[in-house]
Amino acid sequence: MYKYDAIDQQLVNERVAQYRDQTNRYLAGELSEEEFRPLRLQNGLYIQRQAPMLRIAVPYGMLSSKQLRKLGEIAKKYDKAYGHFSTRQNLQLNWPKLEDVPEILAELATVEMHAIQTSGNCIRNITTDQFAGVAPDEVIDPRTMAEVMRQWSTFHPEFALLPRKFKIAVSGTEQDRAIVQAHDIGMEFYVDAKGQTAIKVWVGGGLGRTPILGTVIREHLEWQHALTYCEAIIRVYNIHGRRDNAYKARIKILVKALGIEDFKQQVEAEWLHLKDNPNTITEAELARVGQHFESMPYETLPAHDSSFDSAIASNPAFAAWVKRCVHTHKQSGYRAVTLSLKPHGHAPGDITSEQMAVVADLADAYSFGELRASHEQNLILADVKLSDLLPLWEKARAAGLATPNIGLLTDIICCPGGDFCSLANAKSIPIAEAIQMQFDNLDYLHDIGDLELNISGCMNACGHHHVGHIGILGVDKDGSEWYQVTIGGKQGNDASIGSVIGPSFSADEMPGVVQRLIEVYIQERTPEERFIDTVRRIGVPPFKAHVYASKEAANV
Amino acid sequence: MSNLIKDNAIVADEWTRVIPPNLGEETVRKQAGKVVLFKLTGEETFSDEQIAATLIPAGKVLVPFTVWRANKDALANRVSQGEVGLLIATHEAIEDVIAEVKDINVFALVAVYVERFADGRIFTIGNLLRTRFGFKNELRAVGDVLRDQLFFLKRSGFNSYLIRADRNAQEALRSLTDFSEPYQGAVDIAQPAWRRTNR
Repeated sequence: MYKYDAIDQQLVNERVAQYRDQTNRYLAGELSEEEFRPLRLQNGLYIQRQAPMLRIAVPYGMLSSKQLRKLGEIAKKYDKAYGHFSTRQNLQLNWPKLEDVPEILAELATVEMHAIQTSGNCIRNITTDQFAGVAPDEVIDPRTMAEVMRQWSTFHPEFALLPRKFKIAVSGTEQDRAIVQAHDIGMEFYVDAKGQTAIKVWVGGGLGRTPILGTVIREHLEWQHALTYCEAIIRVYNIHGRRDNAYKARIKILVKALGIEDFKQQVEAEWLHLKDNPNTITEAELARVGQHFESMPYETLPAHDSSFDSAIASNPAFAAWVKRCVHTHKQSGYRAVTLSLKPHGHAPGDITSEQMAVVADLADAYSFGELRASHEQNLILADVKLSDLLPLWEKARAAGLATPNIGLLTDIICCPGGDFCSLANAKSIPIAEAIQMQFDNLDYLHDIGDLELNISGCMNACGHHHVGHIGILGVDKDGSEWYQVTIGGKQGNDASIGSVIGPSFSADEMPGVVQRLIEVYIQERTPEERFIDTVRRIGVPPFKAHVYASKEAANV
Repeated sequence: MSNLIKDNAIVADEWTRVIPPNLGEETVRKQAGKVVLFKLTGEETFSDEQIAATLIPAGKVLVPFTVWRANKDALANRVSQGEVGLLIATHEAIEDVIAEVKDINVFALVAVYVERFADGRIFTIGNLLRTRFGFKNELRAVGDVLRDQLFFLKRSGFNSYLIRADRNAQEALRSLTDFSEPYQGAVDIAQPAWRRTNR
């Protein structure tokens, strides 16, 4: 992974000093609440219901064991000894003190970490596929470009105060796992007819209050121009994006209002001026950054391992875990492993300081000392030998990190919700926990098969509920918490936004509602169909009918 | 004491900012219209009556674009003597301003007025004035100009900053050097870090 040089380190150190000074001025009353707000937000600090929340950047999800260990220590020292991995691959601390944040940042800087631009109206953490560099279907490892873009976007002076937040995702695989279509800019890398790396650029996607999938603004962009083309897009947005209404300020609203053709014309006109400026990426710079992402020093291994095969045959629990949590790898004899942060009955994405230390040790022992956070809020050890899977599983299981539910109904993607977040209309974690307990039968869960269930506590959609096969959205009705249910959403190349099935439900009803949706699926599915396939084939009405029929029956 | 920072030092402000009088009418605000006018929604503009009633004093004057446009001929001589600065608001389309003034370098000073510090359009406007329209003279940020935006303003081509009256310009000076080696190329340092040094 990328290692800081003197320039990177100095910049992060100077940021710590700058933010320490800003915090002191705020505490001394020299900065008003309103003036301090964008400063703390651009450093990831929210003021929440019970305490501030600090969002620490995990650039494109990559972490070293040393960094994770430090995060565990920080959580223990300054918080309640746990952290929460978010749907944007970052780590959030729910209980730090505002006064302690400069110290936390200073500690983070010692392990090449920071909280720069993890919130606020600026370019946020650039996200990507958690299997970058190891996925068999990968065409181009997107991490090199993600790092080049991270540096370019860090304190970009022209885009320091945009109309609204700005999220960029990059992807270099055949099957998109970075939801590029749900970002302000999505960059899809591919190899063009001439054998050169090219980029398909998507613009104007986003979930939130107005969910819209992105539109292709340019089918073919040479990689050298990635930064200047983004500058053209964001410049048009910076000048023309709405600033009078925060709900209409995202770039997707501007793109819809102008129409993609008009918007594109403006961007291309702007790009004529920016193209070939010094931010144009050179082969040398790509190579300099790229050397940090070269393949691990893999051993030459056969495709099969007899100890692994016999463990699978003799140990059903291990086999179940392998089935759900172990993924194919480009290198023979290696696998990628997902450590589930979704044990049933716990807040999805939460991890204790002790578990962070365990994962760091596992990464050191089995995966070259590196790991990744996924937007599904799990951790990944990307380079594990087949022969190491059994001992890895035993240790992970002992630490509560081996629930065999990856990609299943209980692998719920969930925002912190009303328990923590001051924006939320409703709680989300208790709903997730209740649904997990309703389906706390692994055989049944495996029989239901692949299913993505996403929960957001408000229309800001941090839980990406619009692209969940089942999406649950917390809404406020006359001061009480209700839940609106959508089905048929999907991430990936064939992304779609889910459809609302009908009037919303109370929290108590939610496990039953999910149960009834599953009943329709079990009844209607063909042998090969996943839940999402059945929804797409038969449509919403049969699901709606069954869910509300039982609701009416219950009310009689 | 002056609250004006110019080229990394605090200096006296020689310019008088011309503000159209409030005629006691309701404030005119641009209404949302065509989508291309998004940026004009709700932003304060001067009425024709206000512009007509504006008195322009002697000496070096900083004049709003619309006031200058209405008095273009009368001011021509003072412009050529370097006594007129042009004040542009962040919602005014810079292309329209340039089309009207032709040669922006006839003005000894161009200032961009930012009503709220969070309005980041000022950065793009500064950048365009320097890189596209070739403005070479003093480029000043005025309005809700606060210390924590100075570094970005400097990088966007500004070289003077009128710090908001209730803030200390001496302390603000320090923020011009918050970061020593920025990553990306911008107006002040065109080359990105990896082109400037052997990383």
